[in-house]
Amino acid sequence: MNQPIPLLKVSGLTKSFGGVIAVSNVSFELKEGELLGIIGPNGSGKTTLVNLVTGFVKPTSGKVEYNNKDITGWAPYKIVSMGIARTFQMVRPFYQLPAYKNMIVPLYSPRVKKLAGGKYGDRDAVALDLLEEVGFERDSHVAYKVAGSLPQGYLKRLELAKAMALRPDLIILDELFSGLSLAEVASIVPIIEKLRFQGITIIMIEHRLKELFRIADRILVLNYGEKIADGPGEEVMESESVKKAYLGSETD
Amino acid sequence: MKKRKERIDRGIKVRSEDIFALSSYREMIYLLMPRAIPVVGLLGIAPFLSPYWQEVFISTSIYALLAISWDLLISAGLVSLGQSLFYGIGSYIAGALNHYCGWSPLFTIPVATVMGGVLCTVLLLPVLRLRGIYFAMVMLVLPLMLSRLVEATRILGGTEGLPGLTPFPNQLIALYVIQLALLATLFGFRRLMASDYGLVLKGINDNDRSVMSAGLNIYLYKTQVLFIGASVGSFAGAFGTHIDMFAGMPGFALDYALLPVAAAVVGGMGTFAGPMLGAFILVPLSEILRALGALRIVFYGLFLVVFIVGLPEGIFPYVQRKYHQLERWVELE
Repeated sequence: MNQPIPLLKVSGLTKSFGGVIAVSNVSFELKEGELLGIIGPNGSGKTTLVNLVTGFVKPTSGKVEYNNKDITGWAPYKIVSMGIARTFQMVRPFYQLPAYKNMIVPLYSPRVKKLAGGKYGDRDAVALDLLEEVGFERDSHVAYKVAGSLPQGYLKRLELAKAMALRPDLIILDELFSGLSLAEVASIVPIIEKLRFQGITIIMIEHRLKELFRIADRILVLNYGEKIADGPGEEVMESESVKKAYLGSETD
Repeated sequence: MKKRKERIDRGIKVRSEDIFALSSYREMIYLLMPRAIPVVGLLGIAPFLSPYWQEVFISTSIYALLAISWDLLISAGLVSLGQSLFYGIGSYIAGALNHYCGWSPLFTIPVATVMGGVLCTVLLLPVLRLRGIYFAMVMLVLPLMLSRLVEATRILGGTEGLPGLTPFPNQLIALYVIQLALLATLFGFRRLMASDYGLVLKGINDNDRSVMSAGLNIYLYKTQVLFIGASVGSFAGAFGTHIDMFAGMPGFALDYALLPVAAAVVGGMGTFAGPMLGAFILVPLSEILRALGALRIVFYGLFLVVFIVGLPEGIFPYVQRKYHQLERWVELE
């Protein structure tokens, strides 16, 4: 056996809030360049799992290893500096700032400076380039508009661009598609495929199963904080426990 | 010949707040005027004031510095109800160095500025993680606690304080020093907030989790801001203590905590010029109202209420908006 070291290795991760167990003994591995989809009914602990991996919540027990390094319980900014970026399910723009000024904050981070060889360069120009990449059409000047005045579709794109600005090796997208129209989702999918093509490892949490199954290599299913399935899309949907979690069992 | 109205700033602002394109001296004057008014106004009026009003202006400038420091903290999401902590610590450090070691104000004030900044930052470091009202409560309590500590342990002169400190050689010089410090702080802070560093601070105020996920250590930034704000407040305290020739428990008084907040609210938060303007309205007003005796506080309070209800955004943002909307006649071709 000469298996490569996984990029991300989560083992026995558990988080309980008081008596409520949000994530219970979850383990999984992620290879470099893989696209992992995480699904599960509402309240099944998907976002908590993201918060545990990205350092926003400290685990009760368990371990998170990234690039063979134990990053369990690290502060979020340190985890970002390792190369993990995330988006938020509820968009978190700086509402009073123009969209391109929102981009300055991640571009100001030590990680970006380190990757650029100690120089920041023209952050405004980089910001505008990144925004164009996620679909802020350059000639429409939408990038100069105050974030508070932008529709949800653009805010989600901004959220994605902010994560891309950090030049991550692993990007975690928490329900990027929720609240978007079919057309909008269809226009964002190629951006994600492009990220993959660049070799970036991706975790996507989604309720939009159809789109997710088309692009994901593997699907992990959570229910009541526990991992109930992990494998290729078709295989996972055939599993009895997944059917039960989504549709309820017949004897109920 | 037909004419129509056009906003003066139309040609000047190309695309954003910080990029200008000037095409004439008139446009340059339009841009420089608002910056020249406080400089020329403050420095020019000083020699013509009576000694009494010079004194009032000194105390106004001290309050203005505390208000600007308050405004910096709030820009990074730190609500301070205890500017008196900075003032009191600054005044005690300068006072003690002068009283016990005989240092001249030339040294006590700079040392108190830096040491006060460090000391206040260290004191508040454990509660820096608190947000909003929780941080505000701790800041409100700390100066009250410290003044009782001085009373109970009788250190630093106890209730008597440290009297007989070295005054400034000349009141006009003192006024110029504090006004220059005030203007430097005002323009320095405005520049700071317009930079990308300032953008990060605004981000922390707006949505700190978003800044954390952008790979920035928000507590590092909050510590830096706290140090800068506390240093400015300590400078005000050190300066004030040499004016009063006395350092003591009144340095921790509630006045220094509440007036900066009122000044910022009346003048307009987040602009630095607003809180300064607020202080230059509220402090002299309080002096003028002195003639009314006991009714003074009633009228003072009434003024505050009328302003806050009538102009909630603050005076400075209102004036700034009107200035930007100024129009001129242009000929149509």
